[in-house]
Amino acid sequence: MTTLEAATDAARDNLIALESEAVHIFREVAGEFDRPVILFSGGKDSTLLLHLAIKAFWPAPVPFPLLHVDTGHNFEEVIDFRDRVVEKYGLRLVVAHVQDWIDDGRLVERPDGTRNPLQTQPLLDTIAEHKFDAVFGGGRRDEERARAKERIFSLRNAFGQWDPRRQRPELWNLYNGRHRPGEHVRVFPLSNWTEADVWNYIAREGVDLPSIYYAHKRKVYRRDGMWLTEGPWGGPREGEKVEELTVRYRTVGDGSCTGAVESTASTVEDVIAEVQASRLTERGATRADDRLSEAAMEDRKREGYF
Amino acid sequence: MSSLLRLATAGSVDDGKSTLVGRLLYDTKSVLADQLDAVQRASVDRGLSTPDLSLLVDGLRSEREQGITIDVAYRYFATPKRSFVLADTPGHVQYTRNTVTGASTAQLAVLLVDARKGVVEQTRRHAAVLALLGVPRLVLAVNKVDLIGYDEAAFTVIAKEFAAHASSLGYSEGSVLAIPVSALVGDNVATRSENTPWYTGPTLLEHLENVPVAPDPHEAPFRFPVQYVIRPRTPEYPDYRGYAGQIAAGTVRPGDEVVVLPRGLRTTVERVDTPDGQLEEAGAGSSVTVLLADDLDIARGDLIASAADRPEVTDAFTAALCWLSTKSLQPGARVLVKHGARTVQAMVEELNSRFDEQALSIVEGPDSLELNEIGSVKLRLSEEIPVDDYATSARTGAFLVIDPKDGDTLAAGLVGERFSALGGSEQE
Repeated sequence: MTTLEAATDAARDNLIALESEAVHIFREVAGEFDRPVILFSGGKDSTLLLHLAIKAFWPAPVPFPLLHVDTGHNFEEVIDFRDRVVEKYGLRLVVAHVQDWIDDGRLVERPDGTRNPLQTQPLLDTIAEHKFDAVFGGGRRDEERARAKERIFSLRNAFGQWDPRRQRPELWNLYNGRHRPGEHVRVFPLSNWTEADVWNYIAREGVDLPSIYYAHKRKVYRRDGMWLTEGPWGGPREGEKVEELTVRYRTVGDGSCTGAVESTASTVEDVIAEVQASRLTERGATRADDRLSEAAMEDRKREGYF
Repeated sequence: MSSLLRLATAGSVDDGKSTLVGRLLYDTKSVLADQLDAVQRASVDRGLSTPDLSLLVDGLRSEREQGITIDVAYRYFATPKRSFVLADTPGHVQYTRNTVTGASTAQLAVLLVDARKGVVEQTRRHAAVLALLGVPRLVLAVNKVDLIGYDEAAFTVIAKEFAAHASSLGYSEGSVLAIPVSALVGDNVATRSENTPWYTGPTLLEHLENVPVAPDPHEAPFRFPVQYVIRPRTPEYPDYRGYAGQIAAGTVRPGDEVVVLPRGLRTTVERVDTPDGQLEEAGAGSSVTVLLADDLDIARGDLIASAADRPEVTDAFTAALCWLSTKSLQPGARVLVKHGARTVQAMVEELNSRFDEQALSIVEGPDSLELNEIGSVKLRLSEEIPVDDYATSARTGAFLVIDPKDGDTLAAGLVGERFSALGGSEQE
């Protein structure tokens, strides 16, 4: 066996183990909770999450609805993709529009126009309104240092807050989903996946993704070292020059703070090669919201962020 | 050879565990430029002349402020040979429970000691916990060898002392390896050090890449906790009834004779289903859906097991508890036991003994069990459940003890008389 073949075998075994673990987690939640929901934005991690949920319950339909917190600054391609997926699988989608919270004064627009931090309140309000008791997220521990400390079943108090010092020990594959009324549990089936695992699995399973994950021509402008898209929100401001470049997105979030990367990777295989060669993490390359401080993610998580 | 190795690290405060993990990530090129920039900036802010690799892993604000690791952190790195999931567990005494968490899924544990201090109290305690949880292999990373002038004699003393301790816990010679390393400088972590010509063994990374992982319990009898019943009731699948779960031990094939416990209904496996097609055989660790020949009333919490080699069905058993809560345990306590996919009420009838990790001896008849203590108890359950001894089938011999009042996880439970595995002969 050549080194390359051995490496390919190793990667495949690893994906099988990760898939089996995620499927186990979905079924555990279905068995123990009354009202689970999957956070679904149309991004690659949540699309993968849904793909695994479909496999976990096949040939029965997925027994939970989807929830999207829509900042109003989303990429059109992603929203179209989201709606196509929902229709294709006959799923139920709950959308919480951040704009509604701004319109009635529950939230105030930030001076910098970024809406990512504004998602927390609509998320928690919607969880409370629908009495969701388990909320699946696509978070991965390799994304960020604070996320590396997250449990697969993560208890949130009645205010939706995460307290890293009061996490339950997580032993074997036995998950403790007990919670009091008003509390809920965030569940992260992709905890042990890396960005490379996600892309290798997407390739293996032929998972369909929004087109903006692949190279395309786009009008962008430079801000804080990132290529941001021209759009009705945000920019460009005066003095920021718009250029047309061939780019793709490594992560997809709020359009006002998610940067594109220059790339000619137009297929999933190209993307895998690019990810392997990259010297930047996906969040470091593309997310202004994580650059606010050394502990930006930890602070947002404590407040109840995804 | 398995391509995924789950490992845990353990050690005392200041042994340089976070630095070692940072070094493994750095030397396997699992750290990317922006993460390194962040570490560089933070190191300069702290007045350090070289980047502090521990900042790569100490993610929480209070950890960076206090220079300690508080919670289990999971790290991922890969070489062409293997992918690694590393549970980095804290060394603080008050957070020892995290070692149990990290070790419960580990196939190998890396224990750190400071070459200047050698084997200390914490090392013995951690090794005992790892032995109790049945972690099959240990590596003793004798760190900071640069600070003892790469002294072979001093290393050998530490390695021998640890080998003796591990042996008293039941580890064979071949399952323990001591490696002289300097996480700070990189000696023998991923690259062979020129400073230790007397050391002829593998580097830490070589060992992690090549160490045989205990085989999956494919040879063990089949155990399948039913997690969920899949009944589509759609026009396409009007009568489909499948039992979904993850195989805990053994293998299953269509035609196998099985028994559904605790009630003991006998039937035959008709099909092993996945969304990607039916399987001829599925083994431990696989999430599958099993279809049975007979139409039985089976629900979440039932266990499908090999008819020829079935687990004991009982409502009372002896177990070891690793107590993980600040609420102490007294005999007579009412708790919940989560075993497989079933949660039942239980009572701790007797608190038989407590393991003294320092003296490696058994203390008979303690009054209570406190945080971080390990005790042997007799449990009485509200109903019968099928259990295996942890030593023969860990996944069906393991359980959680849960507080019925607030849902907290109180203890890690292991079915059977586990103290014998610690080598501690019964003594007063």
